[in-house]
Amino acid sequence: MQKYVAHNENDTIELGQKTAGLLKAGDIVALEGELGTGKTVFVKGVAKGLNIREHVTSPTFNIVHSYEGGSITLHHFDVYRVSDEDELFEIGFEEYLYKGDICIIEWADLIKNMLPENTIWIKLERTDENPDRRIITIRGLEPV
Amino acid sequence: MKKDIILLGIESSCDETSAAVVTNGRRVLSNIIATQVKLHAEYGGVVPEIASRKHVELIIPVIDKAIKEAGITLNDVDAISVTYGPGLVGTLLVGISAAKAIAFSLDKPLIAVNHIEGHIAANYISSPELEPPFICLVASGGHSHIVHVKGYRDFAVLGRTRDDAAGEAFDKIARVLGLGYPGGPAIEKEAVSGNPEAFSFPRVKFSDVPYDFSFSGLKTAVINTVHQFEQKRMPVPVADICASFQNAVVDVLVGNTLSAALEYKSNVICIAGGVAANSALRKRMSEKCLKNGISLYYPPVSLCTDNAAMVASAAYFYYIDEKWSANDLNAVPGLKLNENGI
Repeated sequence: MQKYVAHNENDTIELGQKTAGLLKAGDIVALEGELGTGKTVFVKGVAKGLNIREHVTSPTFNIVHSYEGGSITLHHFDVYRVSDEDELFEIGFEEYLYKGDICIIEWADLIKNMLPENTIWIKLERTDENPDRRIITIRGLEPV
Repeated sequence: MKKDIILLGIESSCDETSAAVVTNGRRVLSNIIATQVKLHAEYGGVVPEIASRKHVELIIPVIDKAIKEAGITLNDVDAISVTYGPGLVGTLLVGISAAKAIAFSLDKPLIAVNHIEGHIAANYISSPELEPPFICLVASGGHSHIVHVKGYRDFAVLGRTRDDAAGEAFDKIARVLGLGYPGGPAIEKEAVSGNPEAFSFPRVKFSDVPYDFSFSGLKTAVINTVHQFEQKRMPVPVADICASFQNAVVDVLVGNTLSAALEYKSNVICIAGGVAANSALRKRMSEKCLKNGISLYYPPVSLCTDNAAMVASAAYFYYIDEKWSANDLNAVPGLKLNENGI
C-alpha cells in the first residue's frame, strides 16, 4: 500500500498518468472517494497515460464511457446511480470486466462484492487543513 | 390534401421508458413516459420510482398506451423511430429491439435517432414556426452542448463539457446539500430565497475552444464552501449557496450560448434538455436575447426532460428524405452528433 499527497488537481492528474504506466490489459481499478475529491480527475490522468486523446467526461449519467484510440481500451464507470446488481448485469458489467481492457470504477465501494480479489483499490480523501489537498492511497499495485 | 405522416417514437436511452405518436414532426398525438404512468391494469399498482429503469417490463405497455391514446392503430403508423445513442447500452437495446420487431412485423421503415437531436427537435413541437438555422444550447443530466443547427439534419457542435454536464452539477450539489434527486428543481426552489451574489464561485472559460464548458471545479468549490461551514460547526446557508451556484451555472451557459450566436450571426437561440426547464436560465437567457435582438425558443418542461415525442419529431426529417435505418441497427452508447452514418 502506498500513500501519496496531491497538492492540487495537476498532481492528481500526474499520479493518474504514472499509474497508467503500471497498468496492463485486463486490470480493474476501483476508486473510492467522496464527491469532489477528484476521481474523474484521476481518470483523466490515466487516460492521458494511455495516450487517449479524447476529453474524459464524467460517466455519472451514462454509467459507463469507453475510450478506444489509446494503447489499451479504457472503460470508465460510475456506479453511484446503479440501484442493484441486476441493473449492473443488464448493462453487461461482467463482460466489460473480463474483456481484457482496463476498467476504472468510481464509487466501487458500493459494489465491492462484484469485484475480483486482484482489483487495484485507490482511495482519494480530503484533508481538513487545505481544501485543494488530497491523500491518495493505492493498494494492489507497485509504487509509481 | 397531403396525408399526415404519423411516426411512432421510442426512447429508452437512460432512466425513462417513453413512447409517443407525432404527426408531421410537429404535432403530438400522445407522449407516454413510464415514470408518470400508473400502469394499474398491467401491474396492479403504481410503478415505483425504483423501477424507472426497468425498461424491459415497461416498453410494451408504454407503446400500447401511446398508440391507444393517439386514437390510432399500429397499422396507421408510417415509420418506427427509436433513440440509438448516446446512452446506456442495455437500456438503448430494449427500445431498439422493440422498434425493430414492430418495424419488421409491420414492414414499415425503421428510423434511428440521436438523442441530442431529439432534445433539439422538442423545439419544433412547441414552436411549429421554428426552422433552422439557429444556435441551440442542449443541457441535461448527461449532456452540455452548444450546437449550430444548420439544417434539420445538419449539425455542428461548437462546444461541449470537458468534465461534468450542467444537470449533473445540479444533481451532485443537491446530493451534498441533502436536497434529493433530481437536483435541478430542488436547487431552483432553494435559490429563490437565496442571494445569488453571496458566494463568488468560479466560472471557467477556455481560450482554445471558447464554447466548451467545465463544471467540475465549480462543484468542488461549492463542496469546499459547505465543508468550511461544517468544520466551523456553523449552519450551512443552503439558500445562498444554491442561488450563488445556480447563478454561476446560468452565467456560463448563457454567456457561451450568446457568444456563439453573435459569432455565428444567428438571430435565433433555442434551449433544450432538462436544464432548459430551469427558470433562472430561461429568465437570464430571455433578458440577454432581448438586449441583442435575438429570438429565444424553449420547450415546455414536459418536453425538456427525456421523452419519445422529441424522438419522433427528429425522425420526421429523416423520414421525408427517406433516410431509413437497416434492420441490423445497433446501440451506439457514445454516439456523437453528425455521426449518423445513415
